[in-house]
Amino acid sequence: MSEQNNTVSEGGTATGSPGAPGSKPENTSAIRKLLGGSVGRNLGLVIALAVLVAVGALTAGDRFANIDNFLTIIRFASIIGVISIGATFVITAGGIDLSVGSVMGLATVVASLTAVQLAATQSSWLLMVLVALAVGAGAGFVNGIVIAYGKVVAFMATLAMLVGARGLAELISGRRTQIVNNQGFLDFTRSDFLGISILIWIFAIVAVAGWFLLNRTTFGRRTVAIGGNLEASRLAGINVKRHLVYIYVLAGLASGIAAIMMLGRTTAGTSTHGTLYELDAIAAVVVGGTLLIGGRGTIMGTVLGVLIFSTLTNVFTQNNLDTSVQAVAKGLIIVVAVLLQQRFASRGARRT
Amino acid sequence: MIEVDQPALLLEVSGISKSFAGVQALRGVNLDVRPGEVHCVLGQNGAGKSTLIKTLSGVHQPDAGEIRWLGEKVTISDPVAALDLGIATMYQELDVVDGLTIAENIFLGHERSTAGVLHARNANRLATQLLTRLGHGEISPNTEVGSLSAATKQIVSMARALSRDTKLIIMDEPSAVLDSEEVNNLFRVVRELTSQGIAVVYISHRLEEIRQIGDRISVIKDGRSTANGLSVAETPTPELIRLMTGRDVANAFPAPVPIPADAPVLIEVENLGLRGYFEGVSFSVRAGETVGLAGLVGSGRSEILETIYGARKATSGQVKVAGKMLGSGSVQAAVRAGIGLSPEERKSQGLILDEPVFKNVTLSSFARFARGGLLNERRERQAARDQMVALELRPADPDRPARTLSGGNQQKILLARWLVHGTRVLLLDEPTRGVDVGARAEIYALIRSLAAAGTAIIVVSSEIEEVLGLSDRVLVIGDGEVLSTTNADEIDEPGVLDLVMKGSAA
Repeated sequence: MSEQNNTVSEGGTATGSPGAPGSKPENTSAIRKLLGGSVGRNLGLVIALAVLVAVGALTAGDRFANIDNFLTIIRFASIIGVISIGATFVITAGGIDLSVGSVMGLATVVASLTAVQLAATQSSWLLMVLVALAVGAGAGFVNGIVIAYGKVVAFMATLAMLVGARGLAELISGRRTQIVNNQGFLDFTRSDFLGISILIWIFAIVAVAGWFLLNRTTFGRRTVAIGGNLEASRLAGINVKRHLVYIYVLAGLASGIAAIMMLGRTTAGTSTHGTLYELDAIAAVVVGGTLLIGGRGTIMGTVLGVLIFSTLTNVFTQNNLDTSVQAVAKGLIIVVAVLLQQRFASRGARRT
Repeated sequence: MIEVDQPALLLEVSGISKSFAGVQALRGVNLDVRPGEVHCVLGQNGAGKSTLIKTLSGVHQPDAGEIRWLGEKVTISDPVAALDLGIATMYQELDVVDGLTIAENIFLGHERSTAGVLHARNANRLATQLLTRLGHGEISPNTEVGSLSAATKQIVSMARALSRDTKLIIMDEPSAVLDSEEVNNLFRVVRELTSQGIAVVYISHRLEEIRQIGDRISVIKDGRSTANGLSVAETPTPELIRLMTGRDVANAFPAPVPIPADAPVLIEVENLGLRGYFEGVSFSVRAGETVGLAGLVGSGRSEILETIYGARKATSGQVKVAGKMLGSGSVQAAVRAGIGLSPEERKSQGLILDEPVFKNVTLSSFARFARGGLLNERRERQAARDQMVALELRPADPDRPARTLSGGNQQKILLARWLVHGTRVLLLDEPTRGVDVGARAEIYALIRSLAAAGTAIIVVSSEIEEVLGLSDRVLVIGDGEVLSTTNADEIDEPGVLDLVMKGSAA
């Protein structure tokens, strides 16, 4: 195996004549690069999405294929979408965060506490927003410290947070549903801008910001580097521990934003909000093409992954199909996507 | 030494060709092996050695050419067919099963059993016999293989070959994972094998070893045989290098550049210690000076570099860079102070293999390419391209994933990283491991020119010759202590080994 790798790269060693290598296969490799690169992988997702839309249009007709329904699909994708953007960073860095759903639940509970809502009425509804963000970031900070400095594997640390945050939310709320009655908050989170729900706008802004952060900043570069090779990143002088804390704080912040959106959509805070969201988020991220082992992440892919699952749900609902059938279909999509991704990953690594 | 009545040739390979997906790995390789000889196959990385081995062990089928075994034309259709003929292969990544015992590994695939019930005691007895034949009867066959060193695993692998009535053992760079003491032991075992009439095909690119163990040499270059069955004793080294690289390598180590008398001390290591590894290490390096640390594997030499760099937290002593104290145990502080490390394991510790070259080059210098956290990829690429030209890093494509480059060019990526950062003190751990002979000379020349430009360099290598050839001054390390400090031209390889042996005996 290594022999083949070396043979391919031999043109680059001392024996190769300069100029000769690469000139001939350039054409094919450019196409391969395009198909193997982010465009190609996203193309696959776009096709998958198009197929789903076509199936929806064929089976449910105009009930499915109208602008309002499409906006509904995106609106339903928006909350899990924001969480998935955060999860994309964690997974790209080679980590995992199982606590995103229950942290969102906890944030909805704390932000909708009677005391908080009262204080918000006396000051500004933005207080509720700040509380939700603070709860999310705080939980992420704890995750990050335990993982980076306590050296607990991310799976276990965030599993503990998943259980713990859910329990804390139940304790605080007394397992009761807390109704949101702050008018300012409801006015904002249920508003439209240019005829499009504010939830969709938030999702779009988070997605664009996430793309920018991952692809254009030192923060994103460090995230990819750590996921690609943690030890090499450390020896290159990157403060890996501190960066890992930042990444989990980022994931927590995403849960906080999602909590605000959830409070607006359901007008209630409860400890059961976000149950199993962690699995939906991981599925969307991995189906989108981010490597579960880290080192490669795509925000665009995550957005498409979330939309695929949301469209799937919508198609099934429009056809009055059982949610159990829907779960089976979802499982199939995940397996097929990961199979395809593995084939891509091995091809990318071998290059023969 | 070879018996006259034995068949003249055990294995005869002629005109073997093999291509993979359009890449021609072998294009006419010849090889003939006599019983009881050590036949060395020499070639640079990518020359086709591994493909040749895999063809002989039945992993690959040749596209053209002929293999004769004991005079008869054979087709080796799969690995089992090779074993049945009597050809065993010892791969670099040893194919032993860690969870099983030595005896279980030896008889793996042809277990001693009746109706599926294993004969453990019988197997253990036979295993001991085989190990004794290799001169290692003292190893208990009940030991779990996972707990063994790489060297002992190789012996298990050879015992397995013996258990199958093997006539030829192919060894793929067996010394790559061994230190010099273990290599000597390997050679003793190889001689045991050959004295029993077993032939060994020994793959390596270490010329010194081939001189010690080989009877005859065949050389492969770019998938072609450039020499066949040369006598080791009668072929001079420059000739071998020419056959291997296709050009003359005059002098691997460029002449040292004199250090100016007023060159400032850039790094001072004072009484540095890391409990359990080394104690009381003191030395300083001036601008333009190269200091080498020579010692065996496990002597503490790599740990010394890593502790200076802050990747390990010193338990005693201190490091000063240009007169300023360096906080212990912080890589960031070391990098900021102008220290760079090219680590021992280039792939697992140095590079983000799937990322493009330019991102690997700028990994330590974000401050230069980012404003307010925003990276300027165009400037990154340009800086990488400049370094690629300066270091003759090929191919000069900054967007190629680091994984696809050869060992020598990957080493250049790490040098480029620190050059871009403006590093004044360079720590090089095994700078030419996995780098083929031709590219080595380039790396040596680069290190020299960096020193000439005023960089202070500390170099560690398991090849003593390399440490001596590159350094102005040499610290001999044994058992975590500095045994001696001398000018490089006042000590030679036997001198270093002598010190090391004495040190470890004391």
